[in-house]
Amino acid sequence: MHPALLGIFTIAIGVGGCVTYYFSSNWILDNLLYPAKGPNAGRNINRANMIRPWLFLFPALVALGLYLAYPVFETLRLSLTDRDQDGAFVGLANYKQMFSEPKFWEAMRNNMLWLIVVPAMSTMFGLLVAQLTDRIKWGNLAKSLIFMPMAISFVGAAVIWKLVYDARPEGTEQIGVLNAIYVWFSGGAPQQWLTLPIWNNFFLMVVLIWIQTGFAMVILSAALRGIPEETIEAAIVDGANPIQIFFKIKVPQIKATIMVVWTTITLVVLKVFDIVFAMTNGQWETQVLANYMYDKLFRSFDWGVGSASAMIIMLLVTPILVWNVHNARKEMR
Amino acid sequence: MDNIAGTKSSLTWAVHISVAVLVALWLFPTVGLFVSSFRTADQISTSGWWKSLFPSEQNLTIRTAGPDAQGPDGPLFVIEGNLFDGKDAEISVWGISSRAIADFVPGDTAELKKGGRVTVQANGDYRMENEEEFTGSRGIRIFVTAEQPPEFTTENYHNMLLDPKNVDGMAKAFFNTLTVTIPATIIPIVVAAFAAYALAWMDFPGRALLIACIVALLVVPLQLALIPLLKFHLGIGIGKGYLGTWFAHTGFGLPLAIYLLRNYMVGLPRDIIENARVDGATEFQIFTKIILPLSFPALASFAIFQFLWTWNDLLVAKVFLIDSSGQTTVMTAQIVELLGTRGGNWEILATAAFVSIAVPLGVFFAMQKYLVRGLLAGSVK
Repeated sequence: MHPALLGIFTIAIGVGGCVTYYFSSNWILDNLLYPAKGPNAGRNINRANMIRPWLFLFPALVALGLYLAYPVFETLRLSLTDRDQDGAFVGLANYKQMFSEPKFWEAMRNNMLWLIVVPAMSTMFGLLVAQLTDRIKWGNLAKSLIFMPMAISFVGAAVIWKLVYDARPEGTEQIGVLNAIYVWFSGGAPQQWLTLPIWNNFFLMVVLIWIQTGFAMVILSAALRGIPEETIEAAIVDGANPIQIFFKIKVPQIKATIMVVWTTITLVVLKVFDIVFAMTNGQWETQVLANYMYDKLFRSFDWGVGSASAMIIMLLVTPILVWNVHNARKEMR
Repeated sequence: MDNIAGTKSSLTWAVHISVAVLVALWLFPTVGLFVSSFRTADQISTSGWWKSLFPSEQNLTIRTAGPDAQGPDGPLFVIEGNLFDGKDAEISVWGISSRAIADFVPGDTAELKKGGRVTVQANGDYRMENEEEFTGSRGIRIFVTAEQPPEFTTENYHNMLLDPKNVDGMAKAFFNTLTVTIPATIIPIVVAAFAAYALAWMDFPGRALLIACIVALLVVPLQLALIPLLKFHLGIGIGKGYLGTWFAHTGFGLPLAIYLLRNYMVGLPRDIIENARVDGATEFQIFTKIILPLSFPALASFAIFQFLWTWNDLLVAKVFLIDSSGQTTVMTAQIVELLGTRGGNWEILATAAFVSIAVPLGVFFAMQKYLVRGLLAGSVK
């Protein structure tokens, strides 16, 4: 069958199936199991109301359980077994093997660099743009343009930035902006930016910063607008200059939001895959954990070590997970 | 905000300029690729795209018409024509050998090695004369340095989208992406809406725990799901394909969907729902007739997120969809492929990238309001 037809078919079945399920299960509950009439009407209504939430939740719980919760445990199990030995339990052997690989430590080092640089720079630029655009007439247009990269795929962004970093042989015209500027100012030979160890990591990070700044800006801009005017008026009356107002009055009041932005970007960074995969594929010392894992799983078909590295990503995410859950519970009370 | 005390700051200009610089920096890379997608391969590889907006001086090698175009003119054999096929250009110098491309100025006549002579005018008109017949199969090469006005072409898009013989074409990948995206956006919305309603407005034991679980699942990296789910899909016989991809996207999108929708639904006025209950509406009616229409903004927010995420996704498609036949490749995967095989062909890469970027950008600018609203609801607590 043609995939487009299959698609329409699936939408029809999926959506129709869901709606039918919700409608009919609800109908059965109300009319056959516990009808709200007869001698036991009151008791029946109560019982029906106890069951109904689970009917509404059931498909979502199945999908969440199967597609997110179960894989966490299954990956943990796989990371302790060896595929070549028919899935035999091998304890921590996969982890030991992974820790002995220099490529893994390279990925860890790079991931740490990413974790420090990208959230910091994105939040900083986001805060800067949010503050500056707040005061000018065409601020909304400016924000919208800086926000735009959010809609662009990581792969699309990789192509866009590869053109920026492009290098042509010395003596010919440079078509990459960075080399054109570099050659113009330094007069030296054009550089292959993506193959310069250590530095190339930063050139890759620029891509993610470019994408995430818009996100940080949107959130922080809303937070800045939520600051009570009186606090700022009071500061102005006391003779504070704009810089003092920004750092001493505004920033402390939006600290919680800055944390949220920071952690959200941190999560994106931990999972960063497409950019590295498309631009360098981890060569020239640019490996990161997610790409290392992909290499292990789908190039060397080593499910044990691949799962072990996935567990490392999970481990790095866990503090944020705990913090988020803690906040959500606090807020619900 | 700072003008409240009447301090029309002298910094205003500095602010305008810094914002302009930042916006320019943010736009510059994208504009570069966009402009490049409208240039020919030759233009891209000989000059930076920023120069294409102005008339540029280029070194070109152009062949004249071959001997079969010659005609008699009195005792002479003559070949006449225009080097630029009538397009606008201004030659400053020219030559007939690659080692001496600047030997002549327009109007000069050069003696040809094989006999005869050629005259080239500034606008590209040339005239070759010979007492004997020109022989051989091809014309001679003329090396010109010419000033050409900016020139753009839509040919790249034509090649990448409309040419069915082009193996690098994006048409198929475009439809595949669309096929992945639409069900993967709609199905999670339906499932999540019901669950969110239950979590927002129904009382049952374990509700708080469930909400906590969903917040926790929000951040679980989908990397963990790859192998277990691939094994599961192979186990139940759907293998690699659209079905598995739709399921996967649904599963991965659900936590955010439920979270966003629940937060929104909780904020709906209690009175409306209680009144409806008193009037005898069933829960199902309340949900479909009251909650769903009122939740439209949240539904739209999530729909945009999920659309952008599935359209732009590479990893899920690579793991769950694309098999060895390559018939089900999506645009992101195709672009990565092209980066490997056509690394230097920027006319192909730029066009391919823009074909894939265009749709999300359109959605972005059309529905930005909902996107911003969704982001705020999803992150600020």
